[in-house]
Amino acid sequence: MYNLFYNITGSGIISGVILALLPLFAFILPFALFAVYLERKVSAHMQDRLGPMRVGWHGWKQTIADILKLIQKEDIVAKDNDKFLFNLSPIIVFTGSYAAFAVIPFSSYFIGSSIDLGIFYIIAITGLSVAGILMAGWSSNNKYSLLGSMRSVAQIISYEIPTILVVLSIVMVTSSMNLHTLSEMQTGYFWNWFIFGGPGLGLTKFLLIPFMIIGFLVIYISTLAEVNRTPFDIPEAESELVSGYHTEYSGMKFAMFFLAEYANMFAVSAIVVALFLGGYQSPFGYLGNLFNAHWLIPIEQFFWFTFKGVFFVFVQMWLRWTLPRLRVDQLMTTSWKYLIPIAFVNLLIIGLITLL
Amino acid sequence: MKEYFGNIFTALSTIFIGMKITFKHLFTPSVTIQYPSVRPELPERERNRLYVNMDDCIGCDQCSRACPVSCIEIETVKSLPTEDLGKTSNGKKKALWVPTFTIDFAKCCYCQLCVFPCPTECIYMTDVYEFAELERGNLIYDFSSLTHEERQEKRDNFAKLTAQKEAEKLKAAAAPKPEIKKDQQEEK
Repeated sequence: MYNLFYNITGSGIISGVILALLPLFAFILPFALFAVYLERKVSAHMQDRLGPMRVGWHGWKQTIADILKLIQKEDIVAKDNDKFLFNLSPIIVFTGSYAAFAVIPFSSYFIGSSIDLGIFYIIAITGLSVAGILMAGWSSNNKYSLLGSMRSVAQIISYEIPTILVVLSIVMVTSSMNLHTLSEMQTGYFWNWFIFGGPGLGLTKFLLIPFMIIGFLVIYISTLAEVNRTPFDIPEAESELVSGYHTEYSGMKFAMFFLAEYANMFAVSAIVVALFLGGYQSPFGYLGNLFNAHWLIPIEQFFWFTFKGVFFVFVQMWLRWTLPRLRVDQLMTTSWKYLIPIAFVNLLIIGLITLL
Repeated sequence: MKEYFGNIFTALSTIFIGMKITFKHLFTPSVTIQYPSVRPELPERERNRLYVNMDDCIGCDQCSRACPVSCIEIETVKSLPTEDLGKTSNGKKKALWVPTFTIDFAKCCYCQLCVFPCPTECIYMTDVYEFAELERGNLIYDFSSLTHEERQEKRDNFAKLTAQKEAEKLKAAAAPKPEIKKDQQEEK
């Protein structure tokens, strides 16, 4: 992809900038708009309501109208806020989730940067948003914001451990952290996906399957907690904390937090998909190969990747409108007493199986 | 140990049960009525805004007296003997002008008590329930079919008539009236 832009523009800087901005304008913004609409529709229909119906056909223009409204809104900064941190934190939070998109392989032809540290980089860079959230809570000079951000930080840090342990077990099986390589390994049909034991054949594959499914469940639950979604939404518990660390924000800064939240939702789904469900690989082979039209393959891969990602975003929403919020002690219990030991044992067993 | 795995199993199974329920609701038709464009069908005997058909009103004041919140204000004026007010649709002869017939819907409690006493069934409930106003004064509905000039004219006519009668009475008091007595005797 970089080479393509380099050939067109003839400048390394311009093609780099295009490549950096492409996921933002071509994917994150439209996805956030779509996801907010989807969330409202899913929540409405799960409660036997209709959701937005007025703006456009079945209200599909609702989120576009909302973002236009947010752009026009006054940017309120309270008198006692820490102005510098207050203005900086939405940018940091958004940067954290946006930077993760650099290594997410949308298709075999489009990956921002195919670095060997792929998944490690994602885990490192999403830690940046923790700092941003804490800054937002502190600089708001509001006890609810501070409480929310402190809860958020405690939660993200404790749930990063099971996430990393599961990622580690995948890395042990594949001995690669490059998301592009990981996706390429799972090529072919869906039984080559890591949730079904990976591309190898023989006894190890079948021994791996149950532990891979456990790993998948653990990483899905812990990433759900990392993006602060229900049932782990105590950082922004509306009934307790107004809306957590972004209570004091308005207008475009609030929109940036919102955008970061939805971008994060897709990012973690994309990680789960890339690690366990074949990344951009089609489960049944490609139409492009069937009709001997190879230009079709990247488009199909992009479709499969977004389809799987959006499906897991949908499952996140589904869980959100099904489950009540956990208490703080239950949250910590889930992480430290259940997910971490399970992930550890899982890691050990997968390690032993790979030694076979 | 048994409890530990039991907890995990309960958590997962109850989550799946909950997800099954919400998934079922995702496809059940919604109960929302999109109000201004789709209107709910109201029951037959709904009680909403009143309407008065002044062609049938005989000015008997019964609705006003039945009203528990006194929101109906009626002023009646006798017609001149020369005037013919016509008949109501059920054959009652109208004898009174109604220069004032107002209903204050800010006060009205939609109890329908005014509807039953009406001898000509000219006051009744309609199916109109959207009549919000920005000013409270606009909720006072004037049902009288006369123009303001006509109302004043009828009042003046009545005042003149009563004045005339007063004058006649005074005259009669001054001089005894054999004619009236004769009338009474005839009646007897």
